[in-house]
Amino acid sequence: MNKQPGTRGLIFNEPQLWDKSRKGRCAVSLPRADVKRCQLDASLVGESPELPQLSELDVVRHYTRLSQWNFGVDSGMYPLGSCTMKYNPKTNEVQAARQGFASAHPLAGDEFSQGALKLMYDLEHLLGEITGFPAVTLQPAAGAHGELAGMLIIHAYHAKKGKQRTKIIIPDTAHGTNPASASLCGYESINIKSGEKGILEPATVAAVMDEDTAGIMITNPNTLGLFEENIKEICEIVHAKGGLVYGDGANMNAIMGIVKPGHLGIDVLHLNLHKTFSTPHGGGGPGSGPVGVSKELIPFLPVPRIEKDLTRYRFVTECPDTIGRMHTFYGHFGIMVRAYAYILSMGGKGLHRASQLAVLNANYIKESLKDTLNLPYDRPCMHECVFNDKHQQVFHVTTMDMAKRLLDYGFHPPTVYFPLVVDAAFMVEPTETESKENIDQFIDAVKAIVQEAQETPELLKKAPLLTKVTRLDEVGAARKPCLRG
Amino acid sequence: MRYLPHTKEDIDEMLAKTGLASLDELFKTIPDALKTKAPLNIPEGLSEWDLNEHMESLASTNIACKNYKCFIGAGSYDHYIPSIVPYLISRSEFATAYTPYQPEVSQGTLQGIYEFQTMITELLGMDIATASHYDCGTALAECALIALRKDRNASKIAVSSLVHPHHRQIMETYLHAAGYEMIQIPRTREGLTDLAALGAMEGIAGVAIQSPNFLGNIEDLSAFKAIADTQKILFIASFTESLAYGLLKNPGSCGADLVAGEGQSLGIAKGFGGPGLGLLAGTQKMMRNLPGRLIGKTKDANGDDGYVLTLATREQHIRREKASSNICSNNGLNAMTAAIYLATVGKIGIREIAQQNHDKAVYLKTALEMVGFESVFDSPFFNEFVLKAPKGFARKRADLISNQCIFAGMDLEPYYPELKDHYLFCATETVSKKDMDQLAKEVQ
Repeated sequence: MNKQPGTRGLIFNEPQLWDKSRKGRCAVSLPRADVKRCQLDASLVGESPELPQLSELDVVRHYTRLSQWNFGVDSGMYPLGSCTMKYNPKTNEVQAARQGFASAHPLAGDEFSQGALKLMYDLEHLLGEITGFPAVTLQPAAGAHGELAGMLIIHAYHAKKGKQRTKIIIPDTAHGTNPASASLCGYESINIKSGEKGILEPATVAAVMDEDTAGIMITNPNTLGLFEENIKEICEIVHAKGGLVYGDGANMNAIMGIVKPGHLGIDVLHLNLHKTFSTPHGGGGPGSGPVGVSKELIPFLPVPRIEKDLTRYRFVTECPDTIGRMHTFYGHFGIMVRAYAYILSMGGKGLHRASQLAVLNANYIKESLKDTLNLPYDRPCMHECVFNDKHQQVFHVTTMDMAKRLLDYGFHPPTVYFPLVVDAAFMVEPTETESKENIDQFIDAVKAIVQEAQETPELLKKAPLLTKVTRLDEVGAARKPCLRG
Repeated sequence: MRYLPHTKEDIDEMLAKTGLASLDELFKTIPDALKTKAPLNIPEGLSEWDLNEHMESLASTNIACKNYKCFIGAGSYDHYIPSIVPYLISRSEFATAYTPYQPEVSQGTLQGIYEFQTMITELLGMDIATASHYDCGTALAECALIALRKDRNASKIAVSSLVHPHHRQIMETYLHAAGYEMIQIPRTREGLTDLAALGAMEGIAGVAIQSPNFLGNIEDLSAFKAIADTQKILFIASFTESLAYGLLKNPGSCGADLVAGEGQSLGIAKGFGGPGLGLLAGTQKMMRNLPGRLIGKTKDANGDDGYVLTLATREQHIRREKASSNICSNNGLNAMTAAIYLATVGKIGIREIAQQNHDKAVYLKTALEMVGFESVFDSPFFNEFVLKAPKGFARKRADLISNQCIFAGMDLEPYYPELKDHYLFCATETVSKKDMDQLAKEVQ
């Protein structure tokens, strides 16, 4: 076995900010006061907030040390299923930081913001081409926000038709945010099970679809990494009863240039620019969740919309059927710049290639590990594959133990215990930007850990051993919450 | 393509492992009828050098490519950003990590956001701050939903007509579909929310007041709290300019139950309106109703301090349709940016910067009044204020932007039709006395 990336190494302890604070220090260069001081009425003025008092080096060292306790895509392979942790190109950061974009005031006026408007307009059309929808809004701030926009659009559509519906169908292979997004529109979730092959059976949908059901939320490829082969038939069943099909496009990375969801009968779909389109996850955001819709749903898109008259671009708010505004301004513009730069860098062929290689990497892992770990659904997968700990249970080793041990080998663990349809799931999404060598190393690491599970299970129970902290008491954290210092 | 590492040999070997003959065969489970026939209609990929040229050509058609003088705020503020802030936040261990699901290798994000939560509670005088929301408008809509869900007898929320107009629009979007109603509280002639009108409202679950309000005036939050208490409803305070609370009495000390705010001023570029930073805070009582991530302190197996995501039972992935919100990704990296900014300016810096904002705004207001602008409201303000412009100003204003890159105030008429010829001005620490004198001279 080649040398694994994980090893010991010196990192630093670093106290909380306020433990370093010393009265009188200040890390900012205070602007020169060039006008008269004006005191507000004392009744309006509060105490100065007790923020830490530090020197510039104190701050720099604090955050440098903190950063060294983190694992990012730039540190190592991050095969977190359903999260598409691909490489985040550095040129995207350079593009977003251009003064013309970063310093733009959102209310400067259309006339003085033509570059930003054109970029957004073009990005809408690029995403429309990739997904097969005639219109796209960039306004939602994250995937779940896009889902909410999509559900609001479905809600507005039914209201416009004259009869609101009360239910929404959600399969067990959908993303966790789906039911919460639906309930924000007052829809009751009707949960259905996928079939033996790990995909939805049309008959299951037909059995619950009625004229009081607003539609269905489908993740395709689903969270088992499988393509919903019956998607077209399912769309027809839902449409026949007057419902709409919501597509969760979080897994779009598997099918760019191969399938266009808009051509399958899906009516509304959200994308995650921070997954498929390479923008950084930032330790939890900011993301961006554009939404594509069919022709019939265009009037319901959030405002403002962007229109082009000959050569000028402008924001338009006069849309009588719109669901309204979703974001204070236009959404996460800085994230859009990055995704736009990515699409232009890849080109149409490059995006198609990216999906092919993402699927190749996942199938290679699936084939390489299916004799090592249990594979509940042994079918050709898309961009991710889902194993579990069935073979390790006899040694009392769990998915969690193996995940934690992977950290010692220098890999971020896969997504664990999701999707719920697989007991103790171990969900691997390598993405296309990992090379064969990295993947082989990951496969070797998993095999070695499975061996350890058999021979020295107690080692896995204690893992991780090389990280800054060992396993944390999450139960204690929730029982007696300490949310501030 | 430089992001794709596979050589032809790699692909062949990997395909051999899968037993497939070609990359196309990987997709054999997809029925042919569902596959696209034509390749994507997107041009060949650009080299980095061609991309640079293309992007600069777009950026340079935004006026922001020049060093413009910004006398507008209205929810997006021009402040100095110390160079260590973008420098530190671009460390890729922060930027390229996911939500900290594996705490053992995410302590940087976790301690950083825990410190963020702590500094925000200190800034706002609240017990608990969440790990962030998308922006102020969406955070405010979530606060309204909390109030409405807690009160089983009311389906309405009272919102000041001086809450940012876009925030009110977002609330309308969120509340309408959920079957709730928003009632707007009118304003007084002093540019403040009408306390008496709120007192007369019935069947409401909560009240939302922005201070400083959209017209820049500082509201008497404690007075609204008193009415909220009488009516036994929740009091929600909001703000768009977080630096105001380096100087003003914070919402917590005025009795706010929930606070929604915009944190863009804390070291985050204007960026054409996003991503900014939604701040969301509550009293201890609100803990289990708060939306989104919370970081808590705990111990590891060796008894050492560490941090984890906590109270997940409120959240979408556990509670599914009964969750307190559907939010998953928040604006984490911008929360970290704000934390770095707050640690940098510290107790001394935030007070001085906030005071300078106020000083400059007072100076600008006086300077403009001297050249024919009319003061409209007598209420105290922080760094934004309203003036009625003399005849011909609209034209001068447009010329000033085109010719000198000076943005002289924002026209209020689109938001408040009765305020024709009224402009909302903003002055922050980034404008000098010389800039303001020049502006006054130009619009004379």
